[in-house]
Amino acid sequence: MGRSVALPGAASVAPVTDPTLAAAVHRAARGQRLTALLLVGPLLLLLLFSFCFPIASLLGRAIYDPTMADSLPRTAAALQAAPDGVPPDPVFAALAEDLLAAKQDNSLYAVAKTLNSLLPAARSHVLRAGRFLQPGQPATRESMTGADPFWGEPDTWFAIRHGVQRFTTTYLLAAIDLRWLPDGGIGQVPEGEAIYRAVFVRTFLVAAAVTIATLILGFPLAWMLANLPNRLSGRLIMLVLLPFWTSILVRTAAWTVLLQKYGLLNDLLLWLHVSSDRFDLMYTRTGMIIAMTHIQLPFTLLPIYSAMRTLQPSQMRAAYSLGARPFTAFRRVYLPQVMPGVAAGALLTFILCLGYFITPALVGGPADQLISNFISNYINVELNWQMAAALSFILLALTLALYGLFTKLLGVDRLKLV
Amino acid sequence: MPVQASETDALVRFVGVQKSYDGHTLAVRDLNLDVNRGEFLTLLGPSGSGKTTTLNMLAGFERPTRGEILLAGRPVDRLPPYQRDIGMVFQNYALFPHMSVAENVAFPLSVRRVARAEAEQRVKRALATVRLEAFGDRRPGQLSGGQQQRVALARALVFEPALVLMDEPLGALDKKLREHMQIEIKLLHEQLGLTVVYVTHDQSEALTMSDRVAVFHDGEVVQLGPPDTLYSRPRTPFVAGFIGENNLLPGRCETVEGAGATIRLQDGTMLHATPVGAVAPGARVVVAIRPEAIRLAETGDNVCRALVRSVIYLGDHQRLICDVANGATLTVKVPPGPGATAGETQALAWSAVDCLAFAADASTDATLNEEWNA
Repeated sequence: MGRSVALPGAASVAPVTDPTLAAAVHRAARGQRLTALLLVGPLLLLLLFSFCFPIASLLGRAIYDPTMADSLPRTAAALQAAPDGVPPDPVFAALAEDLLAAKQDNSLYAVAKTLNSLLPAARSHVLRAGRFLQPGQPATRESMTGADPFWGEPDTWFAIRHGVQRFTTTYLLAAIDLRWLPDGGIGQVPEGEAIYRAVFVRTFLVAAAVTIATLILGFPLAWMLANLPNRLSGRLIMLVLLPFWTSILVRTAAWTVLLQKYGLLNDLLLWLHVSSDRFDLMYTRTGMIIAMTHIQLPFTLLPIYSAMRTLQPSQMRAAYSLGARPFTAFRRVYLPQVMPGVAAGALLTFILCLGYFITPALVGGPADQLISNFISNYINVELNWQMAAALSFILLALTLALYGLFTKLLGVDRLKLV
Repeated sequence: MPVQASETDALVRFVGVQKSYDGHTLAVRDLNLDVNRGEFLTLLGPSGSGKTTTLNMLAGFERPTRGEILLAGRPVDRLPPYQRDIGMVFQNYALFPHMSVAENVAFPLSVRRVARAEAEQRVKRALATVRLEAFGDRRPGQLSGGQQQRVALARALVFEPALVLMDEPLGALDKKLREHMQIEIKLLHEQLGLTVVYVTHDQSEALTMSDRVAVFHDGEVVQLGPPDTLYSRPRTPFVAGFIGENNLLPGRCETVEGAGATIRLQDGTMLHATPVGAVAPGARVVVAIRPEAIRLAETGDNVCRALVRSVIYLGDHQRLICDVANGATLTVKVPPGPGATAGETQALAWSAVDCLAFAADASTDATLNEEWNA
């Protein structure tokens, strides 16, 4: 029923000037607040240590990388005084000392890997330097560039100068296909190396396609369920929820059975004479979107169903009796009131799709890998956590921006769950 | 059902209308009812009596299983609700929460493509009629129940429909506000010359507002007439019990002489009563006596002695709960002042004219049981 904002009689209550009253009210409420805080305390601690802290520390890696600064302290110090470009002898001496020390404590490979992520192909040069440098032989610019011309190139030293900084924006820039230029500006990475923007765009397009597909399938179904008698709709909702209780891995694997070239779906299409050819569905964008749509359908459907269920049937009757034709009544009375549910369902599916990993990995082809697959690759295969963190950071930022936009435009916050 | 050619000014005619939802039971049995132009007709009855089904059929939300409904002489069975030009006020108001008050009221005009300037004028006028001019920009959720009710009223009236339906519109309001709104709606009806079909289960509401009342019971109209007729001359024990208060006593008819009859109650007490309808000697009957028809007196057509169990003071009158010899209870309404005290025996008297005897059947037994179990 309607909430009334103005309390009747509130205006006639004289304001009390007694300051002890406010204090008493505060005291009385304090006990309740304390109890509430104690009750949610364990949850807050869990969230802090298992959610906020790990995420913050991972995202921190996107801008904080101490590997080179720790392993090459003398070089870092010597570079302070050196001019831009290839530095003078003392820096080479310091670098040789640092590299030998790194070889001693087995951190040379880490240095090589870090420099490699800033300068492609740098790894082998660093490892080679570890071999040709000898303890007790002071290195000079001439001796090092003579052994490997790599060390005489300005690009190399540009990368080292960046690498010995503990805080760096290099990875974040790389995650959106940008890089620092030697002149201090920001520019595009070379044509052949730019991939992430395309992957982000692909991720968002796939998420949008799946969201739209679930809306087209889910909205009429939600409408039907909301308008059935309670007993029947309860049973049908169980059918919608059933896939929810199956592991996403199992369901994705099941889709590989269905979508194969000689799988059930192609057999069916052939048998129905829809086509005379077998489609390539497995390892394609289409197959991946089909599988993702199936998995995401309940997420889109349930908030919509909830919004439709709470809408009173008299709303539509009122619209009809006031002269609105069915389509007008739907557009002006029904849709605006279920819109928060539609927005919540679409947003849920869209955001979940942005992080999809298993389905693209199993059903999608090489050109269908989404941003999560790249993040996973950096963490598990390439061991470049900085790059993984930078990509995660960009994904999180884009997702939050999108959420903000959605709530503002469609009013997800107005959604009342039953 | 033959359609009688009628010269009356009937805006709505129900002709032999039946409605069944499940194919076994009839929610509306056989409805023949005219609603005259400009009248305030109330469909009164307990829940499940078919009054709301009747209203929904008239609004076009339900289709009659048999029979037809004529609106201004035209059958409307195939006319969808949005083409019937009927304003409706719902029990829960059914205001659109995502629109402002003014947008709500403008809704029927905008779906009819009324020009913006004219629509604005009419919305303003409609809101002024229900005294809510200052609330156009508010959302329905920010209004009190009574204000929401008035918005719903303005919205149902703004497009000047031929007919206004109201489905228990005051059910959610508290008593004081409800009585206030009853008068307000009644005034609107007179002022604007509306034709109103009003559904309620509250008999005092029906008496207050209506020109005519149709009393529904088990899917049938058991009596149709002006409020005073229903009150003073009920045709069935159900109406006698449902409209106003009545003391109902079971008995058996002894003799019938012209406009009078003698009734023997279960304990042997003899009463002089006025038979309603066909009452034959020997038949089981139900006797109805209004509490205000009973006097504290020694003389009258009927006199009996009763033990005053309790006295309830109600300001303008007091109510005595009396035990009579046969185990029945009589409620007596007397003017305030010293007259009776609890615990004493009093003589009660009432005239034969105020003592109605109805032929009893299965449904009256049910009514009696309801009375006693209530």
